[in-house]
Amino acid sequence: MAETIISGGHPAEKHDHGHDHGHHEQSFWEKYVFSVDHKVIAMQYMFTGMAMGIIGAFMAYVFRMQLAFPGTHVPGFGVVSPGEYNALVTNHGTIMIFWVAMPVLIAAFGNFLIPLMIGCDDMVFPRLNRLSYQIFLLSAVVILLSLYVQGGGFGGAWTAYPPLSAVAEYNNTPLGSTLWVVAVALEFAAFLMGGINFITTAMNSRAPGMKAFDIPIVVWFIVIASILFLASVGPLIAGAIMLLFDQNLGTGFFNPTAGGDPVLWQHLFWFFGHPEVYVVLLPAMGIVADIITVFSRKKLFAYRTVIYTAIGTGVLSFFVWAHHQFISGIDPRMANIFTVTTVLISIPIAEMCFLYIATLFGGSIRFTTPMLWALAFIGEFIIGGVTGIFLGASGSDIYFHDTYFVLAHFHYTFFPIAVIATFAGITHWFPKMFGRMMNETLGKVHFWGTVITFNCIFLPLFVLGTAGQHRRIYNYNHFPELAEPWMQDLRVFATISLVVMLAFQVVFLFNFAWSFFNGPKAGKNPWRASTLEWTTESPPPHGNWPEGLPTCYRGPYEYSHPDRDEDFWPQNEPPAEPTPA
Amino acid sequence: MVEQFLTQASSYAAQIDGVILWIAVITGVWSLLCFAVFFYLMFKFKAKEGVKAQYITGNKPEEKKWVSIPHGLVLLCDVFIIFVAVQAWYHVKQDMPEVDHEIRIVVQQWAWTFDHPGADGKLDTADDVRTVDEMHVEVGKTYKYHLESRDVMHDFSVPVWRLKQDAIPGRVITGWFKPTEAGEFNIQCAEMCGIGHGIMVANVVVEDGAAHAAWNQQNSGLAALDAE
Repeated sequence: MAETIISGGHPAEKHDHGHDHGHHEQSFWEKYVFSVDHKVIAMQYMFTGMAMGIIGAFMAYVFRMQLAFPGTHVPGFGVVSPGEYNALVTNHGTIMIFWVAMPVLIAAFGNFLIPLMIGCDDMVFPRLNRLSYQIFLLSAVVILLSLYVQGGGFGGAWTAYPPLSAVAEYNNTPLGSTLWVVAVALEFAAFLMGGINFITTAMNSRAPGMKAFDIPIVVWFIVIASILFLASVGPLIAGAIMLLFDQNLGTGFFNPTAGGDPVLWQHLFWFFGHPEVYVVLLPAMGIVADIITVFSRKKLFAYRTVIYTAIGTGVLSFFVWAHHQFISGIDPRMANIFTVTTVLISIPIAEMCFLYIATLFGGSIRFTTPMLWALAFIGEFIIGGVTGIFLGASGSDIYFHDTYFVLAHFHYTFFPIAVIATFAGITHWFPKMFGRMMNETLGKVHFWGTVITFNCIFLPLFVLGTAGQHRRIYNYNHFPELAEPWMQDLRVFATISLVVMLAFQVVFLFNFAWSFFNGPKAGKNPWRASTLEWTTESPPPHGNWPEGLPTCYRGPYEYSHPDRDEDFWPQNEPPAEPTPA
Repeated sequence: MVEQFLTQASSYAAQIDGVILWIAVITGVWSLLCFAVFFYLMFKFKAKEGVKAQYITGNKPEEKKWVSIPHGLVLLCDVFIIFVAVQAWYHVKQDMPEVDHEIRIVVQQWAWTFDHPGADGKLDTADDVRTVDEMHVEVGKTYKYHLESRDVMHDFSVPVWRLKQDAIPGRVITGWFKPTEAGEFNIQCAEMCGIGHGIMVANVVVEDGAAHAAWNQQNSGLAALDAE
């Protein structure tokens, strides 16, 4: 496979390699466990991410039950102690971002889609790709083990502010907090390798004729996200090592009594932490862009501007981190600068949303399951976006900081990203991944069941946050101002909505498993889409295009072109003779 | 919006609520507009038999204006929001008005210690009053606080005052508040500080001048007892 590195982008040579792949008989272990095939690695990432998602969701169920019915026995868990509560909220956040959103959105879709959408046979560095998954799997094992060591899992919030996270006497989880840091650092190492691979592959292995602005938005956005990740994660890896030293070797980087500074960690963490939001947002936005063009049979409105807004968002995201620290004791004058940058990031993001909505104009919209998810993403993300302004504006953040308003706000961004866009992507590319169609009726039941209950969970939390409910408190009965009966009613309502939402996920799992075996055959291009991944078999064989890699002649979204009877124009279809102007 | 849930019990509470209201109105109008257009387009351009979608690149000026004009308006709104937010921030966090009294707040896992200045209004004198988990202040007076932490990050949050400030070990953070309403309110820790975070609540008793003087009289010198 290493030859691919040299041959990337040259059609004549690649054709031969394509045939090579076909001849080689692979054992089960080679094919599914130690595979270097990008599609198999994508599936490994996706199934690991889904399994971690189930664990993260179970944690949410346990602590929401504790909040609704404090002190009672939670079915499937037992009575929740304060230490366990803290460990659950901490690891719910950590797992959902680092072990669900990132592996599924970036690693799974990136691995699956990049080679197929740019028309090459595999990643440029297939073995690095395999190593990336193996380290990721190791990190997942470590984070899960950290919950079962003596003292229990780390409970100092996913932001892990020292000295709480650094000193065992303060957090009472000496092993849990160490393993937490180790797992996060390993996960970063895994994604660095993946990111390098995505960027290099998209730059070097595109089909002949595919220029920068012929690349589908989802590939563009995964590449921009990978660049953001590479550029922002360095300080946090350094910070994680320093924290590990503080915990175990007696250094004092973040320990004020030894001359260190705990606020330094906050800067290192959020310098990564805020770009990270866009690292997971951009792939989700990319998935949505591809889906809305396919199902509205429209060209993406101002394709290049969409890319520029993503680049603008990415650059600006490096200058907003301290809005998480307005009231953390940094020099109050700093807040003014970061208010300006933070509020201004609404400019490229609002532009992007407007362009997506404008894409619908003049379309021929089909409300298939993937399209419903994509449209829901836009709607929910608008709510998540505008509520961010309350927090980015320093004056109102004094009140809202660390309340449930913050929590509801970022769930209105992360849920559309990690859940809604993921379901959009899975339902859209399922036919390509497994060669069969998913059931539309079950898909729609699952869609409505999830989206309605999602709003029922988090809209009440906006209200509670506005009423002053602080975060990470395991039992509000200790706080007279927060123990009002109407507040408890809202908590119970949110918890019941969560339980209903989780129940609806069974519909998805059933649909997934059933369609995997029994769905109608999809054929090459069931959605009549024009990007390259739909020009090969479903599922694509090893090497992707055994008869020869495609050549690209045009942009990715040439739907409903006036010169054609067909309402789509595949990127690999040679222009009719003579070449139209 | 917030005042429906919590009384405005400090001099700057109304200003912060005002910022919140402005943002709520602006973002509310924008969201409604956005959703109206979004749903209209979805229903208007639902697929119909035999009707082909239009081919629009979005690159012509007459097409682009549909996005760039709202976009410019968003920028204007942003500038306005920044203006009101920074104004409130400056008043609450950067500015330091004439101070009547000083008070020291020392936070630790999981308790609050308050050093009150006593009748002379100054800290570290013989008439200081030290209390745990209960703070006494006089209504209508401006207080400068010195916020310290003995172990981990905590946060001094008084929702009815709209005041929130992290405490950082190794630093003394100063700020101010001016209670305007007498009564008893919650002080809550708003920063994750370990397993006791969920019980880290204290009370602030805001009393009028006479009651506060009587309280001072009664408890004066309590700090001197354990001042080493």
